[in-house]
Amino acid sequence: MRLKTDLTTLAMWAIGGVILLAIVIGSVATLRAGGLSARAWRDLVVFGLAQGSLYALIALGYTLVYGILRMINFAHGEVFTAGAFTAYFAAVPLFSSPRFNGRAGELPLVGGLVAALGPEHPVIVGVKLLLLLAVSMGASVTVAVLLERIAYRPLRRAPRLVPLITAIGASIFLQYTFAGLYGSNPQTYPDVPLLAGKTTVLGVEILRAQLLVIVAAALLMAVLVFLVQYTRTGQAMRAVSEDKDTAALMGIDVDAVIVRTFIVGGALAGAAGLLYALLNKQVHFYMGFQPGLKAFTAAVLGGIGNVPGAMLGGLFLRLFESVGPSLFLQGLKIPAAYQLKDAIAFTMLVLILIFRPTGILGERLGAKRA
Amino acid sequence: MSRSLLQHPSLRSGLIAGLVTVFLGLVGFLSAFQDDALLVGHLLGANRSLTLGTAVVLAALIWAGARAAPAGRPGWPAPRGPLYGALAGLVAALVLAAFARLGRSVDLRAIFPKASPELYDMVAFSGGAFAGEAGWELLRLLILGAAMGLLGALWQGLAPRSRRLATPAILLVLGLGVFAEQFLLVLAHNGIAEHFRGWLFLKGGGLAAPGAILVAVLAVAAGLAAERGWTPRQALARQAPARRRAILSLGWTLALALTLVLPWLLGSYHSDVLDTVGLYALMGLGLNIVVGFAGMLDLGYVAFFALGAYTAAVLTSKESFLAPCIRLVEGVCAEHMPLTGFWVAVPAAVLVAGLGGVLLGIPVLKMRGDYLAIITLGFGEIIRILAQSDWLRPYLGGSQGIAGIAPATIPFSGIAVAGLRKPQLLFYLILAACLLAVFIARRLRDSRLGRAWMAIREDEDVAEAMGIHLVMTKLMAFGTGAALAGLAGTLFGVKLTTIYPHSFALLVSINILALIIVGGMGSIAGVMVGALVLVGLPELLRDFQDFRWMAFGAVLVWMMLNRPEGLLPDAERRRELRPEGAPAAAD
Amino acid sequence: MSEAMLSIQKLTKRFGGLTAVDDISIEVPERSIYAVIGPNGAGKTTLFNCITGFYRPEEGAVRLAGGGNLERLRPDEIARLGVTRTYQNIRLFADLTALENVQIGLHHRLRTGLVGAILRPPAARREEAWALGEARRLLAYVDLAEEGDQVARNLPYGAQRRLEIARALATEPRLLLLDEPTAGMNPNETAEMIDFIRRLRDDLGLTVLLIEHDMKVIMTVSQRITVMDFGQKIAEGTPAEIQANPRVIEAYLGRGAAAAGKGV
Repeated sequence: MRLKTDLTTLAMWAIGGVILLAIVIGSVATLRAGGLSARAWRDLVVFGLAQGSLYALIALGYTLVYGILRMINFAHGEVFTAGAFTAYFAAVPLFSSPRFNGRAGELPLVGGLVAALGPEHPVIVGVKLLLLLAVSMGASVTVAVLLERIAYRPLRRAPRLVPLITAIGASIFLQYTFAGLYGSNPQTYPDVPLLAGKTTVLGVEILRAQLLVIVAAALLMAVLVFLVQYTRTGQAMRAVSEDKDTAALMGIDVDAVIVRTFIVGGALAGAAGLLYALLNKQVHFYMGFQPGLKAFTAAVLGGIGNVPGAMLGGLFLRLFESVGPSLFLQGLKIPAAYQLKDAIAFTMLVLILIFRPTGILGERLGAKRA
Repeated sequence: MSRSLLQHPSLRSGLIAGLVTVFLGLVGFLSAFQDDALLVGHLLGANRSLTLGTAVVLAALIWAGARAAPAGRPGWPAPRGPLYGALAGLVAALVLAAFARLGRSVDLRAIFPKASPELYDMVAFSGGAFAGEAGWELLRLLILGAAMGLLGALWQGLAPRSRRLATPAILLVLGLGVFAEQFLLVLAHNGIAEHFRGWLFLKGGGLAAPGAILVAVLAVAAGLAAERGWTPRQALARQAPARRRAILSLGWTLALALTLVLPWLLGSYHSDVLDTVGLYALMGLGLNIVVGFAGMLDLGYVAFFALGAYTAAVLTSKESFLAPCIRLVEGVCAEHMPLTGFWVAVPAAVLVAGLGGVLLGIPVLKMRGDYLAIITLGFGEIIRILAQSDWLRPYLGGSQGIAGIAPATIPFSGIAVAGLRKPQLLFYLILAACLLAVFIARRLRDSRLGRAWMAIREDEDVAEAMGIHLVMTKLMAFGTGAALAGLAGTLFGVKLTTIYPHSFALLVSINILALIIVGGMGSIAGVMVGALVLVGLPELLRDFQDFRWMAFGAVLVWMMLNRPEGLLPDAERRRELRPEGAPAAAD
Repeated sequence: MSEAMLSIQKLTKRFGGLTAVDDISIEVPERSIYAVIGPNGAGKTTLFNCITGFYRPEEGAVRLAGGGNLERLRPDEIARLGVTRTYQNIRLFADLTALENVQIGLHHRLRTGLVGAILRPPAARREEAWALGEARRLLAYVDLAEEGDQVARNLPYGAQRRLEIARALATEPRLLLLDEPTAGMNPNETAEMIDFIRRLRDDLGLTVLLIEHDMKVIMTVSQRITVMDFGQKIAEGTPAEIQANPRVIEAYLGRGAAAAGKGV
């Protein structure tokens, strides 16, 4: 009888051990062989940080909703797509039509201003980017709120698998809705002046778009932490995540708090969507799927329901994905290691759920048992 | 004031119907079906056809009227029904008119590629034979909307009995119309299509008016007969027990015989569709053991399908890296082992997939509910990524996949399942596999193991406290489900003769899950129905392909909101999936 | 009295900073009815969870006569050694029938595996037939012979309690843990339950460890009592000794009365 217990546990640890060993051997082999130059490594790290802060923003949406509803909002990746894809249709005129770039006078006031300052003036570019951010966040928030209202709210008391299946259905539906509405071909974002090329920060060369992403993500996360920790809404959110029924007894409008949670999560996803599009240039209808899965992994990594955990998880996961293939897979003599990048994230997920199911920082925002 | 106005049923229903129609137009749904003639008839001096796309717009208007005017609803006396219905239709028509107007003045195509002038003509019922002045066009649209809304309201006001009789008739006519082309193909295959042309089906597809009327009359007659107890079931109940058994067994024999000749009646193309349905049903039966019986949401089920397919491919393909070894073995013992190729690959694939299920299961089965779902999804993706990678290309062929998979053979006859009759022959293999899976699923459900799975599904902690070894019991569900997927994978490889990694995408898992859910989780008959509806129909309705996934998503959400137990539920699951005390249908 | 059926030694269970069970030692004699009492949150149910393997205690040992140490075993292993429980807030498989609930309890006494279930050889058929008969017998034993095909959720409250006990009996326990078996019952039902618990010991030779709030029940039915408060054992003895123990009256009854006054 004891033997069986030990077998399953042993098998789990054996699988984990083998993977860890492979990572170590691979890394050592790569490092001994010389591998990439220091500069190439640094680029990989910077790339990982920039993409990782996007993951973190999306992961926050998963974590917030999970903290409050105990459900995986599987369609969150599509909330992200909604922002990025919708903003594309604003980005095209804003950055490539002559009307908004100071070459035609159809809109006297705007056109004049743009003409006077020049389309590459930081203020003009900043205002346009803020406009895009508004569009992107607006689209994402709309989708998130509709999702909550139509698909999730009627299922508050349903067994756990029911909302999850609903969310999966909503995710597929939204993906193919975008494909139907906006077309199934990838679209390329226009070039944004000032964001092209590189700059140097603290002696490190970095793409300007990457810099923008990292700074914007950090700002947004700071705003979120402030919101959760120091505002009444944040207080209500934390109360609801501890215990919905008690919170309701205390006079908190639980439904309103849940809607606000979806708004906050949606806004972050929308921002992430725009930043993603500025960084990677391409948008398409299933663009949210992989980042969504990865961000969920990141949320679990940091401890789902845990706000700082989601941020840390996002950064860590993407860093690992970025550096990993070159670091240990190449050392294992695996050809075209970058192809396995996505497998790394899922392997991480498996490892974490085996060894530390509560994540790096542990579950929070109302720890749940069992 | 404005709030109470918004609450008005006419306004709400009209807006919803109008906006949904606009949505369907923008995603391209309406235009995609603009070429499918449903009904063709002589009207206003010319042959005119009702297309599926137009029918959807009309249905939306009728729906608005029906929804706005529920008969005898408290607070809204029935006499107002027709008025409210007409108003709702009018509102919906206004939305459509506004959309058409907007679309014609601003080019929406920069954002929505499907927003074509044809779409505006379609939703506004203008253009072509209806071309005319703008004002006249608007008036006509509004009158049409109001009339359709009125129709909906009148429908709602019909006695339940009349509706009960009319519904099947309408559905039958629509079904025949939608699938007219398919019916004609099957009839042509049997050389009797000419007998049905002209009066039932028309050349270009679609149902002819006399045929439609005949079908409707027959359906109503059948309904009337059923009311008087003239159904086969009741007729059977009137027989003496011994005779009843005899009739029943005769019926079963006939059904079996019909199933056996079915592929030859249907012809190659439709047999191929049937094969696909069968494969999905097979996988559905396997996943049903995991999800329906044991309550574990597995989103990576396709991984085992892939394991089975790749195992079979590696063992039987001429291009496989193992091919030299296999030839060697065959050369040595071909005389003693006549069964090589397919019949060796089947048990091997089942074994590999089943073992894969157990191995992957060990680390993940300690997770609960939604964690399990995500982690299995991750596993499914890992398998696909690995199969696609250059790393394993020497063995699995990378993104090129493995071609040249050997055909199956019908045992003891030496007939190879290949060539022109392949879909028909393959049907028998798939049918046998499905019957086997049904047998296994039923036996397991009614056993100690099945009860342990139900216990785990209901309450894991208590199940464990009652002496059930959770990991072992779950592993058995996982392993059995995986083994059936492996079997399906082998047949899949044989069917296509080439397998690619992209055949094993996440959407396949979702597809199988959806068919289980639509059929009814845990219900074996439900899996069959689900496979027919979710796999068969989209295959037949080619224009529907583009909207297949969107519809799947919508169906999943709708089912979970309104009918979580599925179309053909298993008794226990129905009880379980209804939250305490909730009525059967929320509004 | 004979050898101890269950012997708990210096058992400690902590949740973060909270020590829910603090250095508890209990000896439950064979074929006895033993009660654990204490105010809400005293750690009684946690103690049960430690015995049945749902929680893993930090320190101490739980020994079962003829079964060795339990504290490192999984719940299903402990159940197979002959320790089963009921729950304070009845946890039946609510959507299954009464009969199925009991049949699930029989799980570890049956042998049919995956292959046996599919091929259903004579041995498996015999076993299934036996299981059905045994389940019906157990249902009859708890007065639910007629309710076998009813869904557990639809049974009346008292019947659900009895069904839960029948399910536990199906695992063939030697030690039965009852968590507040009379909670929510009227005096009539309570008297029946007391009778029933005695029969479990006398007819079936079970050892019963129970958590109870109803003082009358405890004093009538149990042979020995342990009193817990804040995770610690504050007294142990026969009902008469406990009733006379000033510490118990002060800590448990006094506070309980005060709490009752506040409407808790």
